[in-house]
Amino acid sequence: MEQRPIVAELKGITKRFPGIVANDNISLQLRKGEIHALLGENGAGKSTLMNILFGLYQPDEGHIEINGSPVVIDGAGKAIELRIGMVHQHFKLVKPFTVAENIILGNEPTKGATIDIKSANERVKQISEQYGLKVDPRVKIEDITVGMQQRVEILKTLYRGADILIFDEPTAVLTVQEIEELIVILRNLAREGKSIILITHKLKEIMEIADTCTVIRRGKVIGSVSVKESNERQLAEMMVGRSVSFQVDKQKSKPGKPVLEVKDLVVPGEHGKPVVDHVTFDIRAGEVFGIAGVDGNGQTQLIEAITGMRKASGGSVKVLGKELLGTSVRTVTEAGVSHIPEDRHKHGLVLDFSVSENMVLNNYYKEPFTHKGLLNYKAMDENAKKLAEQFDVRMSGIHTEARSLSGGNQQKAIIARELTRDPELIIAVQPTRGLDVGAIEFVHKQLIEARNAGKAVLLVSFELEELYGLSDRLAVIYEGRFMGQMEADEKNEEQIGLMMAGNAMGAAAGHTG
Amino acid sequence: MQRLNQIFTKQSTYVPILAIILGLIVGAIVMWMGGFNPFEAYKAMLVKIFGTTYDFGEAIRQVTPLIFTGLSVAFAFRAGLFNIGAEGQFIMGMTAATWVGINTDLPWFIHLPLAVLAGGLAGAIWSGLAGWLKASRGINEVISTIMLNWIAYYFANFMVRVVMIEKGQNRSQDVLPSASASIDWLSALMDNARVHWGTVIALLCSGIFYYILWKTRQGYELRASGHNADAAFYAGINVKGSIVKAMMISGAFAGLGGAFEILGVFKSMAVMNAQPGYGFDGIAVSLLGGNNPFGIVFGAILFGFLSYGSQGMNFELEVPNEIIRIVIGSVIFFVASHGIVKWFLKPFFKKRREEKKGAA
Ligand SMILES: Nc1ncnc2c1ncn2[C@@H]1O[C@H](COP(=O)(O)OP(=O)(O)OP(=O)(O)O)[C@@H](O)[C@H]1O
Ligand SMILES: [Mg+2]
Repeated sequence: MEQRPIVAELKGITKRFPGIVANDNISLQLRKGEIHALLGENGAGKSTLMNILFGLYQPDEGHIEINGSPVVIDGAGKAIELRIGMVHQHFKLVKPFTVAENIILGNEPTKGATIDIKSANERVKQISEQYGLKVDPRVKIEDITVGMQQRVEILKTLYRGADILIFDEPTAVLTVQEIEELIVILRNLAREGKSIILITHKLKEIMEIADTCTVIRRGKVIGSVSVKESNERQLAEMMVGRSVSFQVDKQKSKPGKPVLEVKDLVVPGEHGKPVVDHVTFDIRAGEVFGIAGVDGNGQTQLIEAITGMRKASGGSVKVLGKELLGTSVRTVTEAGVSHIPEDRHKHGLVLDFSVSENMVLNNYYKEPFTHKGLLNYKAMDENAKKLAEQFDVRMSGIHTEARSLSGGNQQKAIIARELTRDPELIIAVQPTRGLDVGAIEFVHKQLIEARNAGKAVLLVSFELEELYGLSDRLAVIYEGRFMGQMEADEKNEEQIGLMMAGNAMGAAAGHTG
Repeated sequence: MQRLNQIFTKQSTYVPILAIILGLIVGAIVMWMGGFNPFEAYKAMLVKIFGTTYDFGEAIRQVTPLIFTGLSVAFAFRAGLFNIGAEGQFIMGMTAATWVGINTDLPWFIHLPLAVLAGGLAGAIWSGLAGWLKASRGINEVISTIMLNWIAYYFANFMVRVVMIEKGQNRSQDVLPSASASIDWLSALMDNARVHWGTVIALLCSGIFYYILWKTRQGYELRASGHNADAAFYAGINVKGSIVKAMMISGAFAGLGGAFEILGVFKSMAVMNAQPGYGFDGIAVSLLGGNNPFGIVFGAILFGFLSYGSQGMNFELEVPNEIIRIVIGSVIFFVASHGIVKWFLKPFFKKRREEKKGAA
């Protein structure tokens, strides 16, 4: 291990943004063929550091050496020239183009004056096979899953000859199955001599595939450890600076009056088949109701129908006895529903607004934020300061654009906003996506506290552990239908797995029992 | 050197200035290639603008409608809409103001405001139509406003020719003196330059623009819808209503501009041979001003002065109109494309950075 050559070295990198030092004298060595994990709290400066290595930002101090010689990486073009590739969290693909067309974009093989698509297809296929990516070069991007799109991004970097690959939270957008496949791919890449930097908040993933882990806290390197000689607990402590509890403490729920009552809800799909098909459930005050299921089985549509964002074709949605189906989003909000949305960039934030403006996104029209039709920026600022402190949202200031916050801090800002509106029902979709372990612990505590205070919580998550840890009752959704509901303490993981694959509860029991 | 650096580090100040200079240089090269002396030409331009009080007043007259249409385009843009229809809304404003100006006999303190409001309202309704089409039917506002421009154009000509015609002339009757927006005493001081209250209202409108968008609840909704309609929808904002509202306010600005062009400048409405182009120039002005209400005032001054001053180049040196348009176009091009200007600046920055490194 030690004798492997160093392919990239960051030396004393410092990067300042107005009001914050994102990277403070960071040094890091990447060796050939290793998987090097980068771990750190939200806002620690991981993405910034990688953007510097990929040439998107210039360091204020320090320099980079590639294969032993100092380089100035002043743009992605230069990075590619130096055989560095980056797979961003948000993909940059042209939807109506095919896989191969996307991969060769900007670097097209030509035959005379025309693009030689045939040899492109072949080359893509060959690389794809070499690393076990299993991507068909001829299909269009819009027709493939998020996981496949990510592979196309990986292929793109490989096609351009990358030897150093940077992954910024690649697993945050993947399903459990896709994560397993990605891990195999990463292993293949490392075996073929590629060096990989992997940013992730999931300690399990680090333990499973990384060789080395560098921990960053508030812009500074805390240390680099060999993963073999470490464990999840130690890594978490290094990163947060205190011990982290992975268990959620909670007493048995004391359910009160029904808060949300959903009955026979039907949401029509594009192809005639309903995407939410006669779903019925209710959630009582002081109860967390979890919905398990593989991504894309109607969760999004179900939540959107409940929150008034999507039209339903039948059924009923009542909050505290008040019928809300067919009303507006505003009516639903006013009825006491808060909503941590699945897609924070699409729905959760106006990225060009300041943090302060974002913190009042669904109550800006209320006193004291609006007074006699006029905005009260002072009240907004005070509110934002209070929430940021309470939820530890780290940023250079409340007047910065939400865009400049780190991914995890954007999520924390949304959670802060939604949990402090004193709602009756909290709808949380993937609430801890992109959060560090410390923040996850905090958010889980907040959700349980809300439940103990008599709120109803509807939780949609693809993390089974999160669902098991938080929920009092569970349902499994498959192709828009509930396969069954159960009390969390009588759950049977095997049975849930079968239900997620489309076996109804009774049938599943029959199979297993 | 230190001081120079300080001045030049604030990008927002030096980029537009440098852009104007770059544009003028490119214009100069074009004139030189066309066989004209660029220095003489630019001198003639400055003389044309600042030479006499009359010319100065007229240059301001030229600037005024551009502030209105610039604000119009920018307001829609801030709400995420492309209002290509400031032209048509301007024309509707002219038509409505003319009609009220001709047809009602009232004391001036009622007549003038009524005519002005009629213009603003006509513009608002005209753009509101495009907003409504988008909100209710999803029809792209670019297409609908372009179509509405043509409808406004033919409708206005019809109104002038058939309803408001001055017998034997190719224009409408004159608006009554009680509806005049001229500032007579100032006009007298400036050799009868056609200065009018519209300029004051235009400046006021840029303040109103700012006030609505950044001080009111409405403004929050409009900006949220403009930046991210999905998030606005999630937040319970009535996005469709915002579209209609934003379009109507946008159109009101253009309509007011049209009203003042009649009531303050021409006093009657001529039959048009082509769309007059105020609205299209407004697109350029809003670009120049970075969609900022105060930037637009400067953008309009730049655009208006350039086009007014260019008449000087035309008269004095017979520089053909086409070349003048190239000069104006290249200034706008450079102002609008910050990226290119920064690219020009890059070598300087690099040097500075290296100097810093060397010193460290
Ligand atoms: N363009 C910018 N302008 C101002 N501040 C910025 C900018 N980009 C990043 N920051 C700040 O720098 C800090 C580091 O951000 P960075 O995105 O690197 O964090 P991160 O470690 O990737 O966090 P996360 O795990 O949440 O993604 C944050 O406090 C962020 O607000
Ligand atoms: Mg990040």
